[in-house]
Amino acid sequence: MKENKILKTLTYIMLSVWGLMVLFPFYWMILTSIKDYGAYNAERIPKFFTLSPTLENYVQAFTEVPLARYFANTVVFTLITTFIMVAVTVLAAFAFSRLNFKGKNLLFTGFLALMMIPNELVIITNFQTITGWGLRNTFAGLILPSITSVFYIYLLKENFEQIPDTLYSAAKVDGCTDFHYLTHVMIPICKPTIVTIIILKVIECWNSYVWPRLITDNSLYFLVSNGIQEIRENGFGRENIPAMMAAVVVISLPLIVLFLIFRKKIMEGVSRGGTKG
Amino acid sequence: MLSKNNGKAWLYLLPALVLLVMFMVYPLIDVFIYSFEEGFNSASQVFFGYGSYNYSYVLHDPYFLQAVKNTFIIVIITVPLSTGFALLISLGLSSIKKLQEMFQTIFFLPYVTNTLAVGLVFMILFRKTAYTDGLVNLLIASFGGETVDFIQGPYWAKMFVMCFYTIWVVMPFKVLILTSALASVPQEYYNAAKIDGTSKWRTFTKITLPYISPMILYLVITGFIGAFKAYSDEVALFGTDLNGAGMNTIVGYVYDMLYGNSGGFPSYASAAAIILFAIVLTITVINLLVSGKENAGIN
Amino acid sequence: MKVLLSHLTKRFPNINKKIKTEVTAVSDFDIEIPDGKLIGLLGPSGCGKSTLLNLISGLEQPSEGKVFFGDEDVTELPPEKRGIGLVFQNYALYPHLTALQNIMFPLENLKGDSKMAKEDIKAKAIETAKLVQIEDYLDRKPSELSGGQQQRVAIARALVKTPNVLLLDEPLSNLDARLRLQTREEIKRIQQETGVTTIFVTHDQDEAMSISDYIVVMKAGVFQQMGKPQDVYDDPDKLFVAKFLGVPPVNVFKGRVQGGKLILGDDAVLNVSGLDDRDVYVGIRPEGYLVEEDGLLHCGLNAVEVQGRDTSIIATHPAADEKSFRAIVIAEYAPDPKADHVNLNIKPNKVYLFDTDTEERLRCELFR
Repeated sequence: MKENKILKTLTYIMLSVWGLMVLFPFYWMILTSIKDYGAYNAERIPKFFTLSPTLENYVQAFTEVPLARYFANTVVFTLITTFIMVAVTVLAAFAFSRLNFKGKNLLFTGFLALMMIPNELVIITNFQTITGWGLRNTFAGLILPSITSVFYIYLLKENFEQIPDTLYSAAKVDGCTDFHYLTHVMIPICKPTIVTIIILKVIECWNSYVWPRLITDNSLYFLVSNGIQEIRENGFGRENIPAMMAAVVVISLPLIVLFLIFRKKIMEGVSRGGTKG
Repeated sequence: MLSKNNGKAWLYLLPALVLLVMFMVYPLIDVFIYSFEEGFNSASQVFFGYGSYNYSYVLHDPYFLQAVKNTFIIVIITVPLSTGFALLISLGLSSIKKLQEMFQTIFFLPYVTNTLAVGLVFMILFRKTAYTDGLVNLLIASFGGETVDFIQGPYWAKMFVMCFYTIWVVMPFKVLILTSALASVPQEYYNAAKIDGTSKWRTFTKITLPYISPMILYLVITGFIGAFKAYSDEVALFGTDLNGAGMNTIVGYVYDMLYGNSGGFPSYASAAAIILFAIVLTITVINLLVSGKENAGIN
Repeated sequence: MKVLLSHLTKRFPNINKKIKTEVTAVSDFDIEIPDGKLIGLLGPSGCGKSTLLNLISGLEQPSEGKVFFGDEDVTELPPEKRGIGLVFQNYALYPHLTALQNIMFPLENLKGDSKMAKEDIKAKAIETAKLVQIEDYLDRKPSELSGGQQQRVAIARALVKTPNVLLLDEPLSNLDARLRLQTREEIKRIQQETGVTTIFVTHDQDEAMSISDYIVVMKAGVFQQMGKPQDVYDDPDKLFVAKFLGVPPVNVFKGRVQGGKLILGDDAVLNVSGLDDRDVYVGIRPEGYLVEEDGLLHCGLNAVEVQGRDTSIIATHPAADEKSFRAIVIAEYAPDPKADHVNLNIKPNKVYLFDTDTEERLRCELFR
């Protein structure tokens, strides 16, 4: 049993080391964000703590750069995109799972084939399309290409199909229309999957960088990702690391808070339908 | 029992169909056309004719070759390392009871953070400026090593921090998937192995590993695909001028060609994107073939 | 409301798309179901009972024929306009709604003139819940209810719109044996209290016989016989009906009528009048035997099973369709179990003769 004890200790050490490596950047970012600008720059050897915490950097982050604007943009972008995407996804999944029409199987196969197409391949034309429509630096331009996901349609369709057919028959006998059945029976029953889709989409929206960077060059329409990049490159007029870290904290916080509240839900959702990369 | 409603069904499908055709199907066709249009001019929307010049240009562009090299290094280093390391962490996680949930929560944190934002933290940890050597260099120095600027210094140093950050970012997903895969191995197998007096290592290689191998394969394939598309993590560390930093990736090259300081060349971007797609497809197929053979061997 | 099915036929395309022939699930069904009665629709699994129920409910459209409720032709009407209540085999309760919300659901779908106020809907739902005695569980979700309780909720949901016709698809098959007995009495009571014409599908003859006013027997989509349970049992029109009803099943012999005698193998067992000489199938109910020293049916004896009140005799006979057959006699007349043969006499009223080709009943007089 002695061997077991050593193994167990080693396991805990390994997990703790990785835990520290994960947490340390977060600690450093918060620590730096509350260090005084002068004090930070005077540290030739970085200190692991500060005795005079200040919120001055946060004030600067909101006043000297348009962080609030980036933040609000991202919230609006995330909410609208997620909402429309869920609506489009639910309708399409419903048609595939419950309605019968000519060419359904063929069309669905086509949908599945689209899942293999990487975003990088289609983004070039989309960039040209949106530019051509004069939608650069607009919310419409930001949102339009992001509201269809073949994968989520597939995920939800599979879930819809698990609802027994007799429930549909029962609803028909009860005088329920197709649309009423969708909104009052299918959606409530499949709520967990829809919540999963919403969570994944919100994370995706909040962190999206490539498309916003291509389609916006007016900082009025920047999202947090390209906003922080802008702050880094042209930020405070001088290199103000503590203020920059304050901005980083503000940007990271919403998702982390969301994660701590819905931890189980999010981890479950990601393992069911998430990828990163 | 399905109701037969041709018209209504198409109405439900309409939004998804219109959007998909406009932003996926059409662009997919268009990108191939673009990639063969020679001398396309974004401003005047005209081109000379069709040919393979764009491919030839891209393949001879030193920036592109640099990007391919960088991408391949990132893929080859991060995919095996992160998968192996994630397996180790997951095994550790599933062998403990105390604090398991806490560790799981911590390990998942990078997944829900904005990689652009946290990349900045890594940058200040690793870089060396006139005022300070930075925390990492401080550690190196305290062990008697030679300090180096990981952000603007030598290539190997930049590549190191790049791979390190990439692994940091992709670990949560892999740990999550592998932990739930490990939890799904039926306990009876382990009990049976215990009664047979099977050693821990043998239990791992003969029971656990075969059982979770489909999940590992899934992670390797998605890992390859994800790593080949590396881009925003690079921007987070080295800024938007990746060509200047010598740290561009294929995807970065595509975007730079499309838009930005060196942009305005959608034809080159298309050619590069198609080359990337071809590479990813080839690697995925090879992956599947190799794993197919291995599985066939087991059966 | 009476229900009239007129030449009702339903054909499905073959599941295997390469085969162009269609599968006929219901074939030329022609019956009249009287108003306010409880009707058991009985047949083996896969005989088209559920399809027939779906045709009545309107969930399926017939290929040919018509459905009438009262005098009204409802063939073209969608289910919700027919005024029916339907209880599904798996109850099909909405899992995300409470029992009360499930019962209220059909009323909430009403539109136009028949639209009801919220409190009326609730009052009506609670009233219906009381009828099926589920009022104590109204706040629970289906997953928190036992099978029997779910069943009651499903019945309440079907009844809440006061339907003209109540349809139940295998209502008891998902319940355990004890609950099944209890619930079938319950269905009978609810039917009598509401007086609604009720049709229920079952493959379990016990179920159908015990509570139905009438039973309808079908086989492979084809109507066999309709009547009061005891009448159908005592007087089957077809060999299939005779075989299908009764536990243990009827014993079938190959026999012949010759010179006014019914002959099984070498044994002339009964006198026949009103039938010419011919080959026949002979169905004898298990309870139709008497153990008698001078019994005319000479059988081998395999085993004697004591069952308390009755005794089962497992016997063999060369003319029997099966290797052995089972006769049930009162215990005190049981034969000596050590014997290797037994002589039996046959009660004429427990014997039916059938045509060997059509398997239709041959009507005639049998006597000893």
